[in-house]
Amino acid sequence: MVNIMEANTITKNAGTAVLEDRAHTGTQESAERKPVFKTNNFNLWYGDNHALQDINLRFNQNEVSAIIGPSGCGKSTFVKALNRMVELVPIVRTEGEILYRDQDIFNRKMTVEELRTKVGMVFQKPNPFPKSIYDNVAYGPRVHGIRKKKILDEVVEKSLRDAAIWDEVKDRLNENAYGLSGGQQQRICIARALATEPDVILMDEPTSALDPISTTKVEDLMHELKKNYSIIVVTHNMQQAARVSDTTAFFYQGYVVEHDDTKVIFENPRDQRTEDYVSGRFG
Amino acid sequence: MQLIDKNVIAKKRSGRLTLNNAMKWIFFLCTMVGLIVLVTLIVDTLMDAVGYLNMDFLTNFSSSRVESAGFYGAIIGSLWLMFVTVPVAIFLSVATALYLEEYAPKNKVTDFIKINISNLAGVPSVVFGLLGLAIFVRAMAMGNSVLAAGLTLALMILPVIVVSSQEAIRSVPSTVREASIGMGATKWQTVSRIILPAAIPGIITGIILAISRAIGETAPLVVIGVPTTLLVTPDGFLDSFQAMPMQIYAWIKMPQEEFQYLAAAGIIVLLAILILMNSVAIFIRNKFSRRY
Ligand SMILES: Nc1ncnc2c1ncn2[C@@H]1O[C@H](COP(=O)(O)OP(=O)(O)O)[C@@H](O)[C@H]1O
Ligand SMILES: [Mg+2]
Repeated sequence: MVNIMEANTITKNAGTAVLEDRAHTGTQESAERKPVFKTNNFNLWYGDNHALQDINLRFNQNEVSAIIGPSGCGKSTFVKALNRMVELVPIVRTEGEILYRDQDIFNRKMTVEELRTKVGMVFQKPNPFPKSIYDNVAYGPRVHGIRKKKILDEVVEKSLRDAAIWDEVKDRLNENAYGLSGGQQQRICIARALATEPDVILMDEPTSALDPISTTKVEDLMHELKKNYSIIVVTHNMQQAARVSDTTAFFYQGYVVEHDDTKVIFENPRDQRTEDYVSGRFG
Repeated sequence: MQLIDKNVIAKKRSGRLTLNNAMKWIFFLCTMVGLIVLVTLIVDTLMDAVGYLNMDFLTNFSSSRVESAGFYGAIIGSLWLMFVTVPVAIFLSVATALYLEEYAPKNKVTDFIKINISNLAGVPSVVFGLLGLAIFVRAMAMGNSVLAAGLTLALMILPVIVVSSQEAIRSVPSTVREASIGMGATKWQTVSRIILPAAIPGIITGIILAISRAIGETAPLVVIGVPTTLLVTPDGFLDSFQAMPMQIYAWIKMPQEEFQYLAAAGIIVLLAILILMNSVAIFIRNKFSRRY
């Protein structure tokens, strides 16, 4: 405990030295690693609770970026900040910058509706609408004004295929989504997110409510999806982060201890606490 | 080392089962009390009404002669009344509930308003009658018209529908709200496509209760000055009208016994119309609960 505390103060005093983000200067350095999200000294408070402290991160296009850390360290808060969902909590206050493709998301020029259309989200618990499978997936396009049945049909089929659930539901598109198993519901939710053709997909512990087989399916899916999308996924499952992600950020008590290529984080972390956490010594 | 004495458990078992059984019977008996009173009332009223429930009763205007006195003017008047009350009340209260639950800032003022709306549901109906008299009948010069009475009754049932709508809106899980907002839907799209459809069954339950109260309400109409004898039906919302509960009340006040039977017939007709209106509401409710 004392050790952690000390390390803690050192990090805070060292300031940006530890917070510096190495993920894109790592071994895979190349021009292709275009950033989709960058945060500059981002801070967030729930009332007096300083939940996110000086976050400097960068997430790349066509990668799966994992966020790990013990519970309560601010992972959900952080991903919800990326699509400004966190502002639904009235006591939230933010400082600093979040750039989505070099545009400040807090700038008035970008409406939250526009941001959330480009940055989709999959939640921890499957949360389909109490509607048919078809209506669930068609919801996004419809909300954005697409009415043509033919286009909707195509979007629904493509999204369900991309979410690897088409074969299981193609004969029951008009049935209520609540009739599906938890794992199927979660893939419906992923299909629903894909249907708006987002650029980035945020996932907050998308498999924590699922059985192992469904979890594997969703993990395989992430791997598949990164060809066309950029994925930022929160997970408290270390193996999952190691399996699916290209980079991993380790959050601890509201700040980023280390962000690097996943391989480095798991095999050769720079910070003692990262090593302790990924090896299961605390968390 | 054994913490639990199996003998004690065995000894207590029969007591638990007896209590379990007893509770079922207590609940059953309580249900029966209400049911028996209700059935007795209805049967009693039906017996009184039976000789007077005929076509003439439904098509004649009210009269001081029992043989030719009918309920026609009252039925039509009450329907006109509901035609104002129901849409106005539904629109105002659902909008209020949506604002309070979905839009209003979460603070002390909002909490204060919410508490007071529930309290309004307990205000005696006469008070709403006085309010209607002062505002609609006098200040806005509507007289004792359909519109004035309809708006008064709408205000009276407002709190009931607001509270039940709030309840229904609150019971829509916030996870589906977040799902909708998270896809770039606007607040209004989320409200109209997700929250309202999911809340409609609960809202309609409140509407049914409220309409049942409004259609049988007498006191506010007395205060507003709704006439009991009128030989025309209204042609517009600013015309004067009769109403079923007023007519029933007037008949009950008559000294002759025959008029008591007429009142009974009126009560049966009122109940029948109420059941009809509520069936429509229940039909809509079931339609929504099946789809969602
Ligand atoms: N809606 C909220 N209101 C107030 N505080 C919150 C809220 N959500 C989260 N927090 C606080 O923010 C911190 C980070 O929480 P969270 O982001 O949920 O962590 P994680 O997802 O890593 O478990 C915690 O201290 C938590 O108590
Ligand atoms: Mg979380």
